[in-house]
Amino acid sequence: MVQNLRARRAASTLGRPGAAWAIPGLVFFVVFAVAPMVGIVYLSFTRWDGLVAPEFSGLENWSRFLKDGEVLQSTIVTAVLLIGNIAVQLPISLLLGVWAAGKQRNRAVLSAIFFVPLLLSTAATAIMWRQLLDPNFGVPAQLADILGDNTDLLGSRSGAIACLVAVTSWQFIPFHTLLYQGAARTIPETLYQAASIDGAGRVRQFRHITLPQLRNTIITTTTFMVVGGLTAFDIVLLLTNGGPGTDTAIMPFKMYQTAFRIYDYGYASAIATFLLLLATAASLVLVKVSGYDKMTSTLEGL
Amino acid sequence: MTISMSRQRVLTTLVVTAALAVTVVGCGSGSSPADSAAGSKQGEVKFWTLQDPTNTVQQTAVDAFNGTGTGKVTMSVIATDGYKDKLRTAMGSSQMPGMFFNWGGGSLNDFVRAGKLVDLDPALASHFLPSALAAGKVDGKLVGIPSRGTQPVFMFYNKKVFTDAGVQPPKTWSDLTNLVQVFKGKGIAPFALAGNATSSWTELMWVEYLVDRLAGPELFNKIQAGDWSQWKDPAVLKTAQMVKELVDQGAFGKSFGSVNYGAGGTSTLLNKGKAAMVLMGSWEYAVQQGENPTFAKDGLGYVPFPSVEGGKGDPGDVVGNPTNYLSVTTVAPLQTATDFLKTTYSDSYVQGLVEKGEVPVTTNAREMLSKAPDPAYAQFQFDLVQKAPSFTQSWDQALGLTLGTPLLTEIQKLFNGQSTPEQFVSAVSELKK
Repeated sequence: MVQNLRARRAASTLGRPGAAWAIPGLVFFVVFAVAPMVGIVYLSFTRWDGLVAPEFSGLENWSRFLKDGEVLQSTIVTAVLLIGNIAVQLPISLLLGVWAAGKQRNRAVLSAIFFVPLLLSTAATAIMWRQLLDPNFGVPAQLADILGDNTDLLGSRSGAIACLVAVTSWQFIPFHTLLYQGAARTIPETLYQAASIDGAGRVRQFRHITLPQLRNTIITTTTFMVVGGLTAFDIVLLLTNGGPGTDTAIMPFKMYQTAFRIYDYGYASAIATFLLLLATAASLVLVKVSGYDKMTSTLEGL
Repeated sequence: MTISMSRQRVLTTLVVTAALAVTVVGCGSGSSPADSAAGSKQGEVKFWTLQDPTNTVQQTAVDAFNGTGTGKVTMSVIATDGYKDKLRTAMGSSQMPGMFFNWGGGSLNDFVRAGKLVDLDPALASHFLPSALAAGKVDGKLVGIPSRGTQPVFMFYNKKVFTDAGVQPPKTWSDLTNLVQVFKGKGIAPFALAGNATSSWTELMWVEYLVDRLAGPELFNKIQAGDWSQWKDPAVLKTAQMVKELVDQGAFGKSFGSVNYGAGGTSTLLNKGKAAMVLMGSWEYAVQQGENPTFAKDGLGYVPFPSVEGGKGDPGDVVGNPTNYLSVTTVAPLQTATDFLKTTYSDSYVQGLVEKGEVPVTTNAREMLSKAPDPAYAQFQFDLVQKAPSFTQSWDQALGLTLGTPLLTEIQKLFNGQSTPEQFVSAVSELKK
């Protein structure tokens, strides 16, 4: 009886580590995430050029934010890029990841090669692609037969957006592929064996076993894409600089430009606060809609 | 027992993390005020400079100065990318440098207004060309001393392309528009232009020169002094219309919106004869030297920007970067800094710059130009600047980035045809409220 009780107590301490273990992580989070967030919310109510002390200006930045025509434009561009990136990256990386999960040697070799773009820095990627997209010496010059007069890819709105989606996808598909590869390998072989005994073909197996089993991974990668898309501005800065005109000036880019080019830290903080709310809302919605927060296992009953 | 154990553990963890947090925060803000205070006490000037080929010349000057025993200067070389951000951040903190490299003009306005800079001895001015000193002054007070060569903007051309077509480089605007037709007929882009949004400062050069040729330097001087309504001047609209005509005529080729500046872009177009001319700063020569030394030596021609018929501006005026400057902040011991600044017009410093291919703006530079890698090119630039009635600083530098950045965006829209000349004028006049 006593022994039994002791065993149960041991089990409970094993199962639930003390709250103290969370403190180092929490402190880190508070110092490097919460404190700066509070800081930008405060700064969004001030006028600050970075040289003299911030000066309280009430709601000035926020009323300007609501009237700024470029805000709407950059929100739309941000959304277009976000949807474009998900629409391109999700299916390609899912299919590639499932394909790469096979144990064949050629698949292992090809997926290793395919992994390379992820190892390059965004800066190097952007500069390389800017040269590749040059209308006189780059790829468009070689494809003049297909493109006709449209060799000016970065000079038009749709061209610039397409280039951004293509380059971002080229860079990040390997990462998402890796996630799908890992997830696909954990799907129990028995499921496929049972399905083939029941007469399911490859396509049906993919639809009714692989896809449902990868549900949590799909949610994870989509969240990465959404949050990453809302904060990634380096590729825009280096590839298009928000141009032509302000056609690809996504929110994070506008924030960067306002803060570090125009030195209007107050207004930039207002944009940053808005971005913070947007990103939080987006990931909350994603988690709610997908039921990810319930953390139900896909392996139940096995 | 178990409960007390875990409580004790919580306590220990709390203490440890608190100590950790204090250490981390301490690392961030500690040591700085003590450092800079100590620096001033010892009479040491912390000197920040931009990474470029003239660093060796500056280091020699610093070493020589430190050898004299009148004071101590320590030089830090900072990479080009992020220099402005780093400087700006430092100037708002206690880590301010004592002396720093800068571009003059609008970038200094903010620092002067925030009381970060000291006025320099006006006697220093007599050693430099007057047209190069203007951008080192804020409200008439000298706060920047030239530290490097001058970088005027002018027209570069491919000599072979011109000889093959049997034409001469343009002297007037009508020459220029005729040449556009000539080269278009031959399937050569008349001008290389980097229209990629990362390079819109190359488009700005056209606007600067046209406004100067049409209305003279006074118009932009008034704008820089704060009279933003001057953008409504008819000369600005006329400039925008002339730009649109050039674009519509195909003067820059069809796909200039994706063309990059420099090697692999405009410079390669010029040296491969795919473009006949390019409007660029004097550093184009060095870019060509890096990419195609033979072309830089034999194939590269250069002329001033053409005159514009009926314009009020003097055809001798130039635009570009008059030079780069050194400014002194309030944390530096002023005497030491001033003594060091006196070495920047010494014969040895000037000669060092000349040997690096720079064209210094000191009064004693002329005699040394024969030692330049290409004396004829150095002489051309020196004469251009010395004879110029006015040297307008690049607008984005002159206005400062706060206004310069959105201005560049509007200029880009004009070149791309995203806004009409009229829309350009109204958009620019609304940039400053």
